[in-house]
Amino acid sequence: MSATSAFAEGRSRALPAFLGKAVRLLATIAVTIFGLLVVTFLIGRVVPVDPVLAVVGDRASQSTYDKAFVELGLDRPLYVQFGLYVEKAVTGDFGESLLTKKPIINDIARAFPATLELATVAILIGTLFGIPVGVWAAVRQGKLVDQVVRIVGLMGYSAPIFWLGLLGLLVFYAKWGIVAGPGRIDISYEYAFTPTTGLFLLDTAMQGQWGAFRNVVSHIALPASLLGYFSMAYIARMTRSFMLNELAQEYIVTARVKGVAEWRIIWVHALRNAAVPLVTVVTLSYASLLEGSVLTETVFAWPGLGQYLTNSLQNADMNAVLGGTLLIGIIFVGLNLLSDFLYTVLDPRVRRRA
Amino acid sequence: MSIDASRRSLSEWLQSEQPASRRQARLGQAWRTWLLFTGNRLGMIGLAIVVLLVLVAIFANVIAPYDPVLGGDLRTERLLPPSLDHLMGTDDLARDIFSRVIHGARLTLMVVALVAIIATPIGLLVGTVSGYFGGWVDTVLMRITDIFLAFPRLILALAFVAALGPGIENAIIAIAITSWPPYARLARAETLTIRNAEHIDAIRLQGASSGRIIWGHVVPLCLSSVIIRVTLDMAGIILTAAGLGFLGLGAQPPQPEWGAMIAGGRRFIIDYWWVATMPGIAIFTVSLGFNLLGDGLRDVLDPKAEK
Repeated sequence: MSATSAFAEGRSRALPAFLGKAVRLLATIAVTIFGLLVVTFLIGRVVPVDPVLAVVGDRASQSTYDKAFVELGLDRPLYVQFGLYVEKAVTGDFGESLLTKKPIINDIARAFPATLELATVAILIGTLFGIPVGVWAAVRQGKLVDQVVRIVGLMGYSAPIFWLGLLGLLVFYAKWGIVAGPGRIDISYEYAFTPTTGLFLLDTAMQGQWGAFRNVVSHIALPASLLGYFSMAYIARMTRSFMLNELAQEYIVTARVKGVAEWRIIWVHALRNAAVPLVTVVTLSYASLLEGSVLTETVFAWPGLGQYLTNSLQNADMNAVLGGTLLIGIIFVGLNLLSDFLYTVLDPRVRRRA
Repeated sequence: MSIDASRRSLSEWLQSEQPASRRQARLGQAWRTWLLFTGNRLGMIGLAIVVLLVLVAIFANVIAPYDPVLGGDLRTERLLPPSLDHLMGTDDLARDIFSRVIHGARLTLMVVALVAIIATPIGLLVGTVSGYFGGWVDTVLMRITDIFLAFPRLILALAFVAALGPGIENAIIAIAITSWPPYARLARAETLTIRNAEHIDAIRLQGASSGRIIWGHVVPLCLSSVIIRVTLDMAGIILTAAGLGFLGLGAQPPQPEWGAMIAGGRRFIIDYWWVATMPGIAIFTVSLGFNLLGDGLRDVLDPKAEK
């Protein structure tokens, strides 16, 4: 049998296997998102704040109260209420914010780009520094560099991010004045450009507003470096452990015997094999930046999803809290699946097994 | 001389190759683990920090020079910088920050202990039952676990606290509810390897019920890896609790909780840096201690894990 026909046969067998996998994946997504809906619905039910009073105010007459009670569907059985909740959520209707009087979905759509921009810059910093540092630590295992990387990483795991943020503002903004203060942009620049994407770095650069661009950079520098440091700690640690694993393999010995240059063995042979699990690590780290940004955004008055969530919380705006929680949950699930998917695509061994 | 001799014989008894009783074998095993652990310098530093935390929490009344809640004279003792009288200065209500940090150790220890006590059994139970029975029980339980894992931890805790109302008790419940899923995953993975072991078959043939097998034979074998995982998580628990406190959703004033103290000092950070800085140092030290201890424990007890 020729090699090409064997290849074709493998391919034709791989397709149904791939479809089966896709179906199973979709089922998992559906079940998980359904679960997210159940959890947020139940949290909304046990909340001690009376949702009717939140709508009509506490001076409403009994008849107004009763009317709103029925309108909100609270007189119906729990499973019917849940059905209505799911029906609305599927169409993107999470109700109205009590605070802004706008649909939650609009509020979230406005806040999300700010979070996305911050998390993206942070993950770039974390990856660009984390991977080389992790490789370096693995190559010099047990030496001084390795110890320093370990300690710096442990400090990242141990420090409260909101505290580091405050200290950062104290030193770099108040004392030295090398970065801008809280917020995304100074008011004087706010109308210098039209926010088309909502990602200010992109918007200002595309419209050639370099003054505004510099202002945005000096605002984002501190919070993004801070979040970047936390993801760097994680990425460097994982890179180190994957690299140690690869460097112990026999193909490394083979390459050395063949006389391949040491830098090439490390940065090309070993790192390329470590890259596949690293993609997963970076994706998951990106997802956790969305979470870590809740506290960072509060400290830096960053008008993103995290700040929206905490503001709503402090004003007992449950619709907004649950809508935001659900959305972050869905993004989290999405990124998790993306990391699984990338793993399958990038690693030929996994691909064949599928 | 005789003390020295008895010490040597105790150490010999502990390290005996042929233990005479089950107790001797167990103590010997613990002793060997301890000896290994003492060789891990960073782990020992972590242990020292954690022991110090416990001591400070127990003797907070004795150590703290001032009352943590009642302040001094509001006219003369507000926002004083660190000095010999007030080691960490005073806050805006003329309270001694050092005393508040010392008393805060109690709250931190309480949060960590209660979360561990609530979350570990839930995780163990869900994981072992799921792994032991398999089939649809496994599918259902693991789906539920996955759903909890699908939320970022702090966000889910925020939503729970929003529903339950702010307060340190509710913060503890919320953190516990969000902490158990990884333990369940771990316990399930361990159970899957234990389930088919021959000694489990032997017990089953003797007619032991499933409950007895899980409780008496599976749980003890899963315990050590779950405990390492819980120790590694404790820093995370402290940081989550502090974060909730910082957002005003955990401990309520005037409780001397470290996160809430940072939030209180945030307004004056530029002119009176010590008010927010000092409690942060306490959080940092304690979570670093738990991280070092957890890393050390993992190196000693779980040689399979990354070095």
